[in-house]
Amino acid sequence: MSAFRVILAKDLRVELRTLQSVPAMALFALTAFVLFRFGLDRESLDGSLAAGVILATVLFAAILAVNRLFVAEREEGGFDAIRLAPVDPAALFAAKAVALVAYLVVLEAIALPAFGFLFLDDWAGLLPLAGVLLLADAGIAAVGVLVSAIGVHSRARELIVPLLLLPLLVPVMIAAAGAAEPLLAAGGPDYDGVGRWIAMLALYDAVFLAIGYAVYDFLLED
Amino acid sequence: MVSQVASVHGEPGAVASRPAPAAVRAAGLGRSYGEVVALRDVSFELAAGATLCVLGPNGSGKTTLVRILATLLRPSQGSVEVLGAELPRRAWRARGRIGLVGHEPLLYRDLTVGENLAFHARLHGVDRGGERIGELLAAVRMERRAGEPVRNLSAGMAQRVAVCRAVLHRPDLLLLDEPRSHLDPQAAGLVEPLIGAGAGATRVLVSHDPGWALAESERALVLAAGGTVAYQGPASGVSPGDARAAYEGSRP
Amino acid sequence: MFRVSLLSLRNLALASVALLVGGFALVFFYAPNDADQGFIQKIFYLHVPLALCALGGFIAAAVHAIRHLRSGDPVHDARAYVSIHISIIFGLAVLVTGSIWARASWGKWWVWDEPTLVSFLIVFLLYATYYPLRFAIEDRDRQARYASVFAITAGAFVPLNFIAVRMAESLVHPRTFATAEGGMPGEMWLTFAVAIAGMALLWVTLVRFELMAKSARARISRVRRALDAEAPSAAPSRIAPAVPSRAGAG
Repeated sequence: MSAFRVILAKDLRVELRTLQSVPAMALFALTAFVLFRFGLDRESLDGSLAAGVILATVLFAAILAVNRLFVAEREEGGFDAIRLAPVDPAALFAAKAVALVAYLVVLEAIALPAFGFLFLDDWAGLLPLAGVLLLADAGIAAVGVLVSAIGVHSRARELIVPLLLLPLLVPVMIAAAGAAEPLLAAGGPDYDGVGRWIAMLALYDAVFLAIGYAVYDFLLED
Repeated sequence: MVSQVASVHGEPGAVASRPAPAAVRAAGLGRSYGEVVALRDVSFELAAGATLCVLGPNGSGKTTLVRILATLLRPSQGSVEVLGAELPRRAWRARGRIGLVGHEPLLYRDLTVGENLAFHARLHGVDRGGERIGELLAAVRMERRAGEPVRNLSAGMAQRVAVCRAVLHRPDLLLLDEPRSHLDPQAAGLVEPLIGAGAGATRVLVSHDPGWALAESERALVLAAGGTVAYQGPASGVSPGDARAAYEGSRP
Repeated sequence: MFRVSLLSLRNLALASVALLVGGFALVFFYAPNDADQGFIQKIFYLHVPLALCALGGFIAAAVHAIRHLRSGDPVHDARAYVSIHISIIFGLAVLVTGSIWARASWGKWWVWDEPTLVSFLIVFLLYATYYPLRFAIEDRDRQARYASVFAITAGAFVPLNFIAVRMAESLVHPRTFATAEGGMPGEMWLTFAVAIAGMALLWVTLVRFELMAKSARARISRVRRALDAEAPSAAPSRIAPAVPSRAGAG
């Protein structure tokens, strides 16, 4: 347990000091919004279009963070340090996953208000949307840590990571967009039918967190 | 100064008086990466508290051997036992009792010296870590740089901090892969009490300086191209001079 | 596994050819025309068995991958690799046959409201990254291990993906298999059964064939290397798993 906290604290401290992930994600999100405004030729969004724009933006921004997740370990021999210590490799997996969720939450704290400001006529759906995104973040984190770890020892890792990550995240997109669409409906959030999408997200999260926990040892050893 | 550092590692006398089962034992140890054979049929025994020096030219498998002993690498053939734990199955038993000084300092460049050592101390569950860190930094004369990010340190300073990191948790086995690299003679003298023969730990020492390494060691293992050229221990009767000659002869 | 004798492989091949030919005969001469879609529906006797076998193959690969991780034996990695290889080829055929059906039924080369087709597209895109992944990792052992982790992750992904895509279809296109009387008559069931059996046997035959070919190639190159110990041998394929001989790792 405490190994998890130690590693998580280290990761958050490094991120705070180097700011290598979160600012880039936020900037990317804002730029993406501008692209969408012109690409879709729309000045306001609601329903399925709004859901699609915000989710696509979050998913693509997540790639930036996933790419950088193990940079310190990779470049500074950090894996060795952690493996030499008497800690469960799952602690590393859990710490990285929670760190990734933290980065995504900060991103969303910036991107959601910006999204509302730029595109939404009615902000009522944003808070429940944040809840849906939190659930989606857990799923993104579970597969993101796996894919990032696979990428550590690969050449062309900045290519391998998106290539592997995006198809794996399609169910997250489907479920989160399915839930987001009624929440961002033109007349105000509609909670009907959101439940089954939440269930799908929860199922996805459970499955991939379990798999990550099970296979993580094999990614860490030499 | 000497007595202060001796207390850092516990009393050397206590270690020497215990009977010595082999702390490290390897038999037929081998490691391959696909088709490339990095280590072939390496066997040796090392008693607790003794030092084994591993010599050989570049590419002879010294670092591979050290990484296997550190439980970071899995052997492909043969058997190896470290501190009573058979690897790789029982590796978890030995972890936390091994200290590694390798080619990388294993420090996060964006964190300060103090933060790095605190991280390692917590990871290893070191009691009263703050005190211990202070002690060690003072011993290597880095205490005034505790608040400096590692990226600002010179290679020699980073190496000194790496040594602190390695002995932070009072390991029973020290794996030292060229520990004096980047260190001038004065700095080497500073780290000597922590990782030297007087420190009381069992040691495996890899060095490019056969003279110094042989003088420090009870046993010597000379590797070339992954295989053993010479092994000097009480049983094989190879003298230190022979081992050195074999090393000189095996260089390309 | 590598004790498969040529006789057994030949039997498998013959059996699959027999079943497939029989199946096609049934499709064209025995199974009745579908009420809604007419003759073109018969492509489903190809499309669905291909899909089922590809999916089964991906799951089989995940099982082999689990065994590989647990035992470290490269045999299982080879089986996972070949299973994915054949299943991807089958998957491509699924997409092609699905597209032909879409064109014939709807006039477009692709339809988004056919959940199986859409799911397959996503699954295909995922498994297609198996090769660049293997190619990107140079160390053999690590390559095999990471590939196994991928195969397990992707295997768990497949059912989740199908569920999600299904849920996304507000109007699930009725993939009917019905004659004018409604329901699926016995003739269609039989034809289906034969087609699935034939396709499954074909899958197994192809997998075994490829495994044997790899094993033979590996043995030849091992012998060659032993014979000219000093001469540099041709580099073995970088991404195919190293197939061990029966006697153990070379």
